[in-house]
Amino acid sequence: MKNELVLLKGNEAIAHAAIRCGADGYFGYPITPQSEIMETLMELRPWDTTGMVVLQAESEVASINMVFGGAATGKKVMTSSSSPGVSLMQEGISFSCGADLPMLLVNVMRGGPGLGTIQPSQADYFQTVKGGGHGDYKLITLAPSSVQEMVDFVDLGFELSFKYLIPCMILADGVIGQMMEPVTLPPYKPRRTAEQIAAECPWAANGKPAGRYRNVVTSLELDPAKMEKKNEVRQERFRLVEATEVRYEEFLCEDADYLIVAFGSAARVCQSAVEDLRSQGIKVGLLRPITLWPFPSKVLSKYAEKVKCMMTVELNAGQMNEDVRLAVNGKVHVYHYGRMGGIVPTPEEVTEALKSHL
Amino acid sequence: MSNPIIQPENLVYDKSAVLTDNVMHYCPGCSHGTVHRIVAEVIEEMGLQDQTIGVAPVGCAVFIYNYINVDFAESAHGRAPAIATAIKRLNPDKLVFTYQGDGDLAAIGTAETIHACNRGENIAIIFINNGIYGMTGGQMAPTTLLGMKSSTCPTGREPHLNGYPLKITDMLALTEGTCYVTRQSVHTPSSVKKTKRAIRKAFDNSLQGKGTSVVEVVSTCNSGWKMTPVEANRWMEENMFPFYPLGDLKDR
Repeated sequence: MKNELVLLKGNEAIAHAAIRCGADGYFGYPITPQSEIMETLMELRPWDTTGMVVLQAESEVASINMVFGGAATGKKVMTSSSSPGVSLMQEGISFSCGADLPMLLVNVMRGGPGLGTIQPSQADYFQTVKGGGHGDYKLITLAPSSVQEMVDFVDLGFELSFKYLIPCMILADGVIGQMMEPVTLPPYKPRRTAEQIAAECPWAANGKPAGRYRNVVTSLELDPAKMEKKNEVRQERFRLVEATEVRYEEFLCEDADYLIVAFGSAARVCQSAVEDLRSQGIKVGLLRPITLWPFPSKVLSKYAEKVKCMMTVELNAGQMNEDVRLAVNGKVHVYHYGRMGGIVPTPEEVTEALKSHL
Repeated sequence: MSNPIIQPENLVYDKSAVLTDNVMHYCPGCSHGTVHRIVAEVIEEMGLQDQTIGVAPVGCAVFIYNYINVDFAESAHGRAPAIATAIKRLNPDKLVFTYQGDGDLAAIGTAETIHACNRGENIAIIFINNGIYGMTGGQMAPTTLLGMKSSTCPTGREPHLNGYPLKITDMLALTEGTCYVTRQSVHTPSSVKKTKRAIRKAFDNSLQGKGTSVVEVVSTCNSGWKMTPVEANRWMEENMFPFYPLGDLKDR
């Protein structure tokens, strides 16, 4: 099997990538602007080819718990939703983190709070990287800014999640989910066999052979000393992820006097703004965090020594802005330019916003 | 360690090999221990210890995995049927069952329960109905009878304040996806035998792919009811059984 070049919506791309990366199951509930993910899966009928299970649940509460159940048996399972649906999933996400389960979650964000709007937004940044559910936990968070990255991050997300036993969230938005781009689809990877799962996931509750102690997938531990130890071990894994898995992209940062920091669809707008500002002789660079957790704090701290100021551009009221300010630790001023309610800024607006701080 | 009384020649009944040696945390007189034993015996008799995945609830039976020696996933409160749905669909050759109390199944998990049953998931649901929240200390349950006292209806359940007891098992029998829905008890030797036959049938149905089986066990919670075990059994016969009559609601 070879790579295949096709024209796809971001949401459709997620579905194709899931089947091709050997996912065992998808469980979801319809919500705009990401319903094409499940629709595409139902149209492609992977249960007839790879054997992947696709099921429409009765709610997001059910779908995240179906993912919990599948993951508890060591399977590669995923769900997708948009902001209000992801709020409903927070209980299940917290339980999954408490049970150290690998899984792939996709949030194609829309504007909130509440029912909000169906237009694109990045206002679930805090919910995703600071923990929307209860307890001390983190989600490995990948922020795609192209349809190709929607494809690539499915496989990467599963890989990172199984490596560290931390759920992985693809944090996209309505722009990335709905827009069409040519993408290269990877070749089909076979689903893992029962033997491979037994070897890779010795903790999985998939039937206790004679001679093995029973596996119990749970987030519960009533002994506080044991519970603290479980948390400490988890925190050590978080530190390891922070040390090894930071991903970001730099655009014209090397000689920059000013740095724009933006992720996802906002970063695409900013790339045009940077080109425009450069043509006007203003030396601006763009740093695009790809992993929102672990956050690229070190590289931002390095640029804080070189640039005159930074500006975050987000489709929210300034959420990632707080993490950039923590990273630069007061060395430079970090301005914010954001639009809310489903409005996506134009490159001209970003250009003007930056120029107002020169 | 040899016991002078229990010798092989006079042993007529033994602990199931699928039960662990852990001392159960249940109150003396509680029905959970009996139902756990029955489940373990059925798994042993079917030879399925290595093929079984249980889903534990939130409630008194949250630690069922300390007693029944098979793999388990521990559910969030009420979500066991959703978790079991995925386990079974992704592992279709396995025996998958949930074990849930009345608060778990009939209050917070109503949606997950009804929809798993309506999809006809090939799982068995064991439903312990004692009309009260045991683990949290005796609060009103969806199945609490009218007039029955609990810590959140201390003068007795009143319909204008608290609504009516929910016959959720009858509702589950109405869903097209269930193949076997029965209501049993474990307060006498004969009722224990009947419940064991019901659980065996439920497990057989699951393996045969006939749909969802629901075994309700009308149970006592003598601590929550503030009665002796003997009084609780009598109270259950006189009050619970008239509203929750025993027998098969559906068998096809």
